[in-house]
Amino acid sequence: MAKEKEKILGMDGDKFRMFMGKYGIGVILVLMMVFISFMEPSFRSASNMINVATQVSINAMIAYGMCLAITTEGIDLSVGAQLALVSCILGQLISNKGWSIPLAILAAVLVSTLWGVINGLLISKFNMFPFVVTLSTQLIIRGLAQLISGGQAIPITDAAFKRIYSTKIAAVPFPILVLILVTVLMYLLLHWTKLGRYIFAVGDNMNAAIASGVSVIKTKTAVYAISGFLAGIAGVIFTAKTASAQSNIGIGYETDAVAACVLGGTSFAGGVATIPGVLMGIFIIGFIYNGMNLIGIDSYYQSMTKGAVIIGAVLLDMVMNKKTN
Amino acid sequence: MTYKADEQEKYVLECHGISKAFGGTQALCNVELLVRQGEVHALLGENGAGKSTLMKCIIGLHQQDKGEILFEGKPYSAKGPTEALNAGISMIHQELNPEPHLTIAESIFLKRENTKGILLDKRAQNKRADEILKKFNFPYNSKTLMKELTLAQMQMVEIIKAVSYNSRLIIMDEPTSSLDSEETAHLFSIIRELKEKGVAIIYISHRMEEIFEICDYVSVFRDGTYVGARSMEAADRDGLISMMVGRKVENVFPKVECEIGEVVFKVEGLSGKGFDDISFEVRKGEILGISGLVGSGRSETMRAIFGMDPITEGKLYLEGREIKIKKPGQAIKQGICMVNEDRKNFGLALHRSIRENIALPTLPIMQKGMLLNKKKEEKNCLNMGNLLKLKAASIEHDAFSLSGGNQQKTVLAKWLLANPKVLILDEPTRGVDVGAKSEIHNLMCQFAAKGLAVIMISSELPEIMGMSDRILVYHEGKIRGEVLREEILSGETDQEKILAKAFGGM
Repeated sequence: MAKEKEKILGMDGDKFRMFMGKYGIGVILVLMMVFISFMEPSFRSASNMINVATQVSINAMIAYGMCLAITTEGIDLSVGAQLALVSCILGQLISNKGWSIPLAILAAVLVSTLWGVINGLLISKFNMFPFVVTLSTQLIIRGLAQLISGGQAIPITDAAFKRIYSTKIAAVPFPILVLILVTVLMYLLLHWTKLGRYIFAVGDNMNAAIASGVSVIKTKTAVYAISGFLAGIAGVIFTAKTASAQSNIGIGYETDAVAACVLGGTSFAGGVATIPGVLMGIFIIGFIYNGMNLIGIDSYYQSMTKGAVIIGAVLLDMVMNKKTN
Repeated sequence: MTYKADEQEKYVLECHGISKAFGGTQALCNVELLVRQGEVHALLGENGAGKSTLMKCIIGLHQQDKGEILFEGKPYSAKGPTEALNAGISMIHQELNPEPHLTIAESIFLKRENTKGILLDKRAQNKRADEILKKFNFPYNSKTLMKELTLAQMQMVEIIKAVSYNSRLIIMDEPTSSLDSEETAHLFSIIRELKEKGVAIIYISHRMEEIFEICDYVSVFRDGTYVGARSMEAADRDGLISMMVGRKVENVFPKVECEIGEVVFKVEGLSGKGFDDISFEVRKGEILGISGLVGSGRSETMRAIFGMDPITEGKLYLEGREIKIKKPGQAIKQGICMVNEDRKNFGLALHRSIRENIALPTLPIMQKGMLLNKKKEEKNCLNMGNLLKLKAASIEHDAFSLSGGNQQKTVLAKWLLANPKVLILDEPTRGVDVGAKSEIHNLMCQFAAKGLAVIMISSELPEIMGMSDRILVYHEGKIRGEVLREEILSGETDQEKILAKAFGGM
């Protein structure tokens, strides 16, 4: 007789694996939310949820850019420094030079996008390692930020600028609206455009992509340019939040972005990623911080928990998908 | 026919009844090989005859399924090249793979360094290396970096390394393929010296003249079987070639004769890495076969035409006007598409879906504003899949999940959707099962009938002869012969004649 099939939670073993492989990250997110609300009921309140979403909006922009870079078998370590550079440019232009806010934002985001283009060209045209390129440009970019700000925090007192973070439209804070817009655009970009397909193809098998007529230089440059652009947007929101331009902000932001991508199923081997996955990854990290704060666990444990959750999530993914070569 | 083992003679290596299968394909079937002490023993056979598989079994890169290997009279088995090396067998690979940043001494003594306690004793090691290098009159000292050497010199270091391991059997795989005539002469003098010291050498080469010059015995392989061995004194070129070919041309090819139209694509005086002064033309509805040994420049020419490698000289004409191709993207735009011989590396993004793979080159024509027209994409891919009888659970499955034949059909679908004028197929049926193979042959005839110009490279002579309207034969980077279909049908040109051309004969 045939062997009794392995059963997990009333599901056939293989089916369970398929389900977890596809929706595992969502399951983790839901379990986490249930657990935290059990420990601390105030977690479930609408105001707390909006609070978390506003906080993670900055990280999410950076994570989307990172996701594109990782999908093409790369990484963008310059995003944290980009945040600082954008902040200092805004401070200098608005407070000291008296530029109008829209013009200053345009200039700052243009600069961060340009740095993205530089990263992309160095990586694709000269075949340099993304890790090395962005590790180095990160130093240059932060140096520039320090140069522009003169090492001092520049306060931005313009109320209109501060409203970028604090204004609400129908009870929804503006950063959340930006997050929703960017998420939709990134989803369309990665899953519904030519460029998205090229990103996946280059990441999965660069040689086959070239042999199918895909331009690796254009694709990778676009990826890092988008990452720079999104880091620029994140920098604007961040600066509006603190109302001051500082050259030492954004340190460690690239780590959280990489973590969110990995949690969201972005493969370091390239060619595999989804935007909803990255968004869920971002919220998992947001909830770790928020939940532990609410429960009153010391912040030292937050970093440890984050590390453990990432390893656990990736391990789960490996076991469930049984990745074979 | 077969060479009888002489009881009196002492064999260094005896292989008896070796069989090895990979999946469904029998790479070796009951193969024999006997090598005496101090002899140079040639292995001869077409590509895929089983020579390399047998060598890999000997140095432990593969384990044979059946059969026995005796080395110096004792049963022998190696789990890897290092074990083989320690036992006294070394192999000089065709593609040398030296560590460019090591010195000669470090390369020779890799993994058996001289040490003083836990530290390396570089001085003693360099001294030892210099002594050996001196014996071979090697023009560099032990501290020279490997990357400063020429290919011939790197090869010499490999041979010196083999000798320093006290190897009694050295396998050389196409050792002269990248050497000039002077370097070859030097290599031969080293081989003769080794021979005198009693070292046996297995010499794999496609160059008949060299085999006659340096070898004592030759073993011939065909389709994974052992045909026989000859003493070189008793052998002649034609005899060896007919041993290699052996089989009859089975007419299992569904070649449909169709009308051949005007010239679509013309190449004039094309040169690049691995090929020189290549000129040919291909017509509408024609299947042009390209024959020749691996490394003879046939794939290299096609890669360059498709924009994968640079062209140093020469002109390309499509439908009468000159075109320039520097990147595959340009070739595709002009209507030239190529199915690469290396499907895994150049054909498919294995972890993406069949649909995404098929649509990749044609995405620009499946747009709706800024976004992709996924309906049109799905329709196109399904149509193409049906046309090619692609068997898959759905086009949303990973290309990885398909069989070799269906993967190849996915690649074909991708190019047919691009609506090419010239379709280049490099080994289109490699790694494909028999059923899918004849389907692919059928499809080729269908494409040709629709007016496509097809260029097919194949190492399988029956395939080339059964499918082509015209055959070009490559030898060492040049076209050495042209065979028309009539000549094959009338029996005027047979496999042996084509193979003789591929081996550089007239």
